[in-house]
Amino acid sequence: MSAQPKILLLDDDQDFLDLYREMLSKHLSSLPEVRTASSGPRALALLESETFTLMIVDLHMPKMDGLQVLSIARRKYPQLRLVVLTSIRDEQFRARAYGMGVDQYWIKPESDQEMGLFMESIESLLNREAQGGFRGVQSKSLVDIIQLECLSQSSSVLKITNGVVEGKIWIQNGEVIHAEAPECSAEPAFQRILSWKAGNFETMPAEPNRERTIFTSYQGLLLNTAQALDEAASQILPIESTGNGSPANAATLLAELSQLNGVEFVLAVGSGENPSQDFWGLENPKPMSDWMRETLENFQSLGDRLQAGQLQQVVGTGPQRKVALAPCAKSRLCVGFPPTLSAEQLRDTMKSILTKWVS
Amino acid sequence: MRLPSGSFTLDREGRVMTSTLPQSFPESQMCAIGEKVLASFRAAQRAQMPLSEIIVHYAALKLLARELRGGAIIFLVPQAFNQNLKRSPTNSRHL
Repeated sequence: MSAQPKILLLDDDQDFLDLYREMLSKHLSSLPEVRTASSGPRALALLESETFTLMIVDLHMPKMDGLQVLSIARRKYPQLRLVVLTSIRDEQFRARAYGMGVDQYWIKPESDQEMGLFMESIESLLNREAQGGFRGVQSKSLVDIIQLECLSQSSSVLKITNGVVEGKIWIQNGEVIHAEAPECSAEPAFQRILSWKAGNFETMPAEPNRERTIFTSYQGLLLNTAQALDEAASQILPIESTGNGSPANAATLLAELSQLNGVEFVLAVGSGENPSQDFWGLENPKPMSDWMRETLENFQSLGDRLQAGQLQQVVGTGPQRKVALAPCAKSRLCVGFPPTLSAEQLRDTMKSILTKWVS
Repeated sequence: MRLPSGSFTLDREGRVMTSTLPQSFPESQMCAIGEKVLASFRAAQRAQMPLSEIIVHYAALKLLARELRGGAIIFLVPQAFNQNLKRSPTNSRHL
């Protein structure tokens, strides 16, 4: 049996804190312990001294605003679930919050129905075990969310992002009607999305005019996907090392990527103290590797400072070539292109590369 | 703090010369951006790979920098959550 969950509630409105503490502690089946904080520094001090399951954060606060608290909390406490609860109806703030890796973004409920949905979602988050997967929603509960949406006869669009790779699932009146992922759509795209092991997830308004391409029931889709993933897993061959610390199939993959439109070289560097390094099309990868590491580290720290969300890609253009950098899963990729390649072609090719890499 | 839209220029020492950004956006932030941008241009130069332009894509911001006689001109373009997102009561319903 898991320990009693613990919620930290952060808002500068004391009446709000009192009300939500009462509701969360008394009306959730898990009967969590709820602590409150009326300022960012106080909340961070509590996080430092106690272990929490979930933090609910208002955005608009004096001195240290909610985004700053989220940025620090996400970095220091990766297992902590983060929920924004705000009255700010601003899509830029929403994008930035999701870019930082929050689990959910809620406008403060204005009706009993919205309050009920909010409480259900908090209950759902508290019941998750902390196992990797999608930020805020484990890969297992992406299935749960699809089931919940379909069972409640809801209509929505689920957007799932994995670095710069993005997929969408359209649900209309409780049925999955369409899906899109890089280089595929309909049922193959649905399976591709569910095969991703990590990423961010968000719900968007329904698109009732979307053409239907999937006619299988959601139960059938989930079953087919589970079977397909099981079959794929059973066909994975043992990986042999090439002696430089990298699997042999990485070299094969790089060679395959080099066949894509315009690719002049590919460099992949792993993470950690002694990162693995694989490259194709480069005589001496060290200068490029050093530039990639320095540039990505600089811009990642800048992104944290500006609260601009996740760093997705860096594209450099020079007289000799174009270069694209992307953090991807546990690696960093650097791809070289001719200087004449258009921005659109570069973007499409990088999407293909990243799709193949994460898969 | 909202991310602003606009541009600013830096000299080769990283000092802000001109800016169209709102005054509410701290100069210290501009300097921080400029420092990283100039560092990246210079590192590329050391790697024998001179660059004239760097575009940085974040979830909520696009940053475009052009090298300018050792300094740079930098454009900040906040990214909307979804350019085609329709505003409706269902926006407030999230799971």
